[in-house]
Amino acid sequence: MAVTASTAPSISWRRAAEDLSTGWAQRQLWGHLGWQDIRQRYRRSVLGPIWISISMAVTAVALGILYAGLFGNPLETQLPYILVGFIIWGFIAGCISEGSDVFVANEGLIKHLPSPISVHVYRLVWRQVLFFAHNLVVYVVMLLIFPQPLNWSLLLALPALGLLALNGAWVALAFGIVTTRFRDLLPITQSLVQLLFFMTPIVWIYEDLVNSPNESIAARARLAELNPLLHFVEILRRPMLGLSTEWRHWAVVGVITVIGWFGTLVIMRKYRARVSYWV
Amino acid sequence: MVSIATENACVDFPIFDAKSRSLKKTVLGMVGGNIASGGKVPIIEALRDITVNLEHGARVGLVGHNGAGKSTLLRLLAGIYEPTRGTARVVGRVAPVFDLGVGMDPEISGYENIIIRGLFLGMTRKQMEERVDDIADFTELGDFLAMPLRAYSTGMRVRLALGVVTSIDPEILLLDEGIGAVDAAFLDKARQRLSDLVDRAGLLVFASHSDEFLMQLCDSAIYMEHGRIKQQGELREVLRAYKGHEVYGRGEARPAEPQAS
Repeated sequence: MAVTASTAPSISWRRAAEDLSTGWAQRQLWGHLGWQDIRQRYRRSVLGPIWISISMAVTAVALGILYAGLFGNPLETQLPYILVGFIIWGFIAGCISEGSDVFVANEGLIKHLPSPISVHVYRLVWRQVLFFAHNLVVYVVMLLIFPQPLNWSLLLALPALGLLALNGAWVALAFGIVTTRFRDLLPITQSLVQLLFFMTPIVWIYEDLVNSPNESIAARARLAELNPLLHFVEILRRPMLGLSTEWRHWAVVGVITVIGWFGTLVIMRKYRARVSYWV
Repeated sequence: MVSIATENACVDFPIFDAKSRSLKKTVLGMVGGNIASGGKVPIIEALRDITVNLEHGARVGLVGHNGAGKSTLLRLLAGIYEPTRGTARVVGRVAPVFDLGVGMDPEISGYENIIIRGLFLGMTRKQMEERVDDIADFTELGDFLAMPLRAYSTGMRVRLALGVVTSIDPEILLLDEGIGAVDAAFLDKARQRLSDLVDRAGLLVFASHSDEFLMQLCDSAIYMEHGRIKQQGELREVLRAYKGHEVYGRGEARPAEPQAS
C-alpha cells in the first residue's frame, strides 16, 4: 500500500485517477471493512443482520396497508410497489446521507494511515450493496405472496444496480469532500434526503397519479420527472416489478453519471489532498 | 528503491472556527471582495521549508520540543499530508505507527483486529493469517485473542498493535512515541523485536524523547524547532545541540565528571 511512486504534482488529473485506482486495488481491505460494518451494527443481537430485513419488511407492509387504503388501491399492487421502492431508496439515501459524512466519520483513519481517500467511499458503497442484497430476502418472500409478472427484463436489474453504485460512489466522493470543508452541509443534506423521499414516488404510485383524471393532480405529478432520483428508482424498480422498460429513465441516469463523474474528478483533482487537512 | 525526498515542503493548517467553517461566510464573502484582515481563515504554519533526502538504510531519530512539528513531519513523510507548497516524494511501502489505537475496533476480537490492521498496512488476508500464530506468541495474549478488544487493557492493546507492526516487513517504518503503557519485561522484548525490524526495514524515522531508545535504533537525527529543521546530522551531535550536553547510550563509559570542589 501507499507506494507513492507518482511524480505527478499533488493537484493533477493523474493523482486523482491514481487515488481511484489504488483504492480499487485495495478491495480486500474495504471489502472486509464493509462486511465488518454490517456485522458490527448488529453485534450481540440474537438475530443479527436479519434485523435489516425484518425492519424493512415491517415498515413496507405497514405503509403498504396504510396507503393501499388511502389511495383505494388493491394491496397486491400497492405493497410490492412500496416494498421495492423502499429497498431501492435505502440504497440511494444511504449513499447520499452517509456519503456526505464519509470523510468526517473516518477522521482517525485518514489522519493516521496513509491510504487513498477512495477506499472509504468504496467501503461505503459496498456496505450499501450488502444491505441491498440482504433486503432481497424480503423481496423474494414478497414474490411468493404477491407474484409479479416478471420477465427477461429482470436481468436489467443488474446493470441498473451497477449504475446506482457507480453514481453512489461519485456522490459520496463529491459530497464527502465538500462537506468536510463546510460542515453545515451535513444537516442540510440529511434534511434534503428526507424531503426527497416524499418528492420521489416511493409510497405514491407515479403512473396512477400522472394518468389521474383530475388534470391538476396529473400536472403536479409530472413535475416528479424533474427529480433526478425518480429516474434512478425507476431503472431498478421497473424490472424488479416486471414493468415495461422505459428507456428515457436510463438515458437520464446515463447523462447524470457522466456529468457527475466529470464534476467529481474536477473536485478530486483540486481538493483530494486537502481532505486530510480538513477532517 | 526505497527513498523519501522532500524539497522546501510546507504544511499549513487552515483553522476554520465555528463561524468561518460554513457556507454563509463564503457565499457572502464572494460579494464585496476580500476583507483583508477579518475575512481570511487563520493558518497554522506547522512545517516550513522541509528539505530531507533519506535513502535506503537511513535510521533517523526525530527530536524537538512538544509542538515542534515532529508528528506532522512524520505524517508528511508517510504521505498523509501532501505539502501545501514544495514537494514530497515517498517511494516504498509505508508502515506508520502513530496512534496505536486507531484502526482498532473495540467490538471485534483481537484476532480480527490483527487481520484488519494488517490489511491497512498493505498486507493480504492470507499473509496475515500466516502471521497470526507468531503475533499470538509474541504478544502473549493467548486465548484473549478471541475476546472482543473492549475487554483488553491499554497495555494489552499496545501489545497487539506492536505485534502486528513488528510482524510485517515494511520498507519505510515511521514510529511515533507512545509506547509507554506496556510493562518493563514486555518493553525489553519489544525493543529487541523493533531493532530486528529496523534491520529489515529499508528506512526508519523515529520520533522520541528517550535518548536511550534513540541511541539504540538510530544513527542520524533531525532536530525540529518551530516547524523548521534546526539541525540535521549525526545522532550524537544533534542530541548534544538539542539537550545542551553530551549524551551517552546504554552501557557506554561516561568520562569522569569534573570534580566539584
